[in-house]
Amino acid sequence: MLRTSAVKVEHLTKRFGAVTAVEDISFEIARGSCVGLLGGNGAGKTTTIAMIMGLLLPSAGRITVLGEDMLRHRFRVLPRINFSSPYMELPHRLTIAENLAIYAELYEVANPKARIAEIAETLDLLPLMTRPSGKLSAGQKTRVGLAKALLNAPEFLALDEPTASLDPDTADRIRGYLEDFRTQSGGSILLASHNMAEVERLCDDVLMLRAGKIVDRGAPTDLIGRYGRETLEEVFLDIARTPGGENAPPAEAAQ
Amino acid sequence: MSATDPGAASVAPISRRRVFAMVRRYWYLLRGSWPRIVELMYWPTIQMIMWGFITLHLRDSSTWVAQAAGVLLTGVLLWDILFRGQLGYTLSFLEEMYSRNLGQLFVSPLRPAEMVLALMTTSLLRTLIGIVPAALLAIPLFAWNVFSIGLPLVAFFALLLVMGWAVGMLVTALLLRVGLGGESLAWFVVFLLIPVSAVYYPVDVLPVWLQAAAYALPPVYVFEGMRAVLFEGAFRWDYFLAAVGLNILYLCLGAAAFLWSFRTARVKGLLLQGGE
Repeated sequence: MLRTSAVKVEHLTKRFGAVTAVEDISFEIARGSCVGLLGGNGAGKTTTIAMIMGLLLPSAGRITVLGEDMLRHRFRVLPRINFSSPYMELPHRLTIAENLAIYAELYEVANPKARIAEIAETLDLLPLMTRPSGKLSAGQKTRVGLAKALLNAPEFLALDEPTASLDPDTADRIRGYLEDFRTQSGGSILLASHNMAEVERLCDDVLMLRAGKIVDRGAPTDLIGRYGRETLEEVFLDIARTPGGENAPPAEAAQ
Repeated sequence: MSATDPGAASVAPISRRRVFAMVRRYWYLLRGSWPRIVELMYWPTIQMIMWGFITLHLRDSSTWVAQAAGVLLTGVLLWDILFRGQLGYTLSFLEEMYSRNLGQLFVSPLRPAEMVLALMTTSLLRTLIGIVPAALLAIPLFAWNVFSIGLPLVAFFALLLVMGWAVGMLVTALLLRVGLGGESLAWFVVFLLIPVSAVYYPVDVLPVWLQAAAYALPPVYVFEGMRAVLFEGAFRWDYFLAAVGLNILYLCLGAAAFLWSFRTARVKGLLLQGGE
């Protein structure tokens, strides 16, 4: 069955002066699938997501989201997509209820009260709704960020390290919510993460980024098999530690 | 699949719902902090009281002040409209930078023009909260009712508020470029205008070369117009129209600066940072 793309990125490049953060990358995210963006610090994951979401203008290339050119018509797409990152916060002094109410209005959500109540219940936020967002633990902030990101029932969800700095129990619950999101809504996910187990669990495909370039790609099990390793983390380390070996598996894996 | 209101999330250039969502956001901030509300009223009131006593002192020694007892008090209240209008606009924008919320806002369907309209509306609310109590207090304290000016007061208020927004747009454009390190711009930039705005003295007091600069700014027409009303009982339409024209020009310049800076922020990735 032919699946259309939720996201199509073609020859995307981002330069900051002399520094090339992302260099000529191309990939597609099929509707309903989850794609992982893996790479070390400074590999270009956040820059790629920011360009897809319209926060950052590319130096070159083309981005199509849900059939629309993001560079020309992002306001047609933004109501249908969403984003969550622990590095972008919600106003600290406002309560969770106030923050979610404002974002529900910004996304022009139908029946905002009912939608907020539904999401708050799903993400176990109901007892926290009157608490200021600045007085939450890291795990609670992540759940609130995810609640904001799910308010408009997005068809495409970009997540930048959604379980960074969370304890294993909370991180596991977040992954459960994301699995539910996919199965219940059929939405697509782009997941940037350093957590290999998370990527193995959630993602259908993985893009391996290094120094702004895609150095390998494939389903997690395929990558593990191709590199002759047992886990995606070992594959990640192979790629990260291969000197100058873009687009080539390490010697021992190639044998 | 999307929970977004069908039809509402259209390609319409401006959504009232999103504008009022942002106004609500700033109202929640004010509502949640009584010191902020007190601070809004505090400085205009203190200024009014100080200039009220200066007026009492000068009334007996200055024929100029004696001719129109409220000239200094009206001047200080009107200047505060420009100052508070700019501050209300800029500080609301700074709140987004403090809370590192700009990235979240601009991955939502919020458009820069909607943000600007929300900042203008919030600035109007904050200015009214700050100025009206001071103006009311001047009635029992110094027997001066600024509202007795009537309709011209509405014109002066609108002209100064719009100029405050134009300066606010310019300052927020700079803040987008330099980050929170430029926070103090919100407080001092507008004071560049006060010496040439002829708030407390007629414009012809200024050196001729400085008068030329003054006449390129809308406030000078407002304050000269205010004195025409107070001294001669005449509303100067020529001043009013000049101020309207210049306000349109400065509003366009401010909007262009903000949009240019917003685009630059998208090129440089500044919306992701928001810090110093």
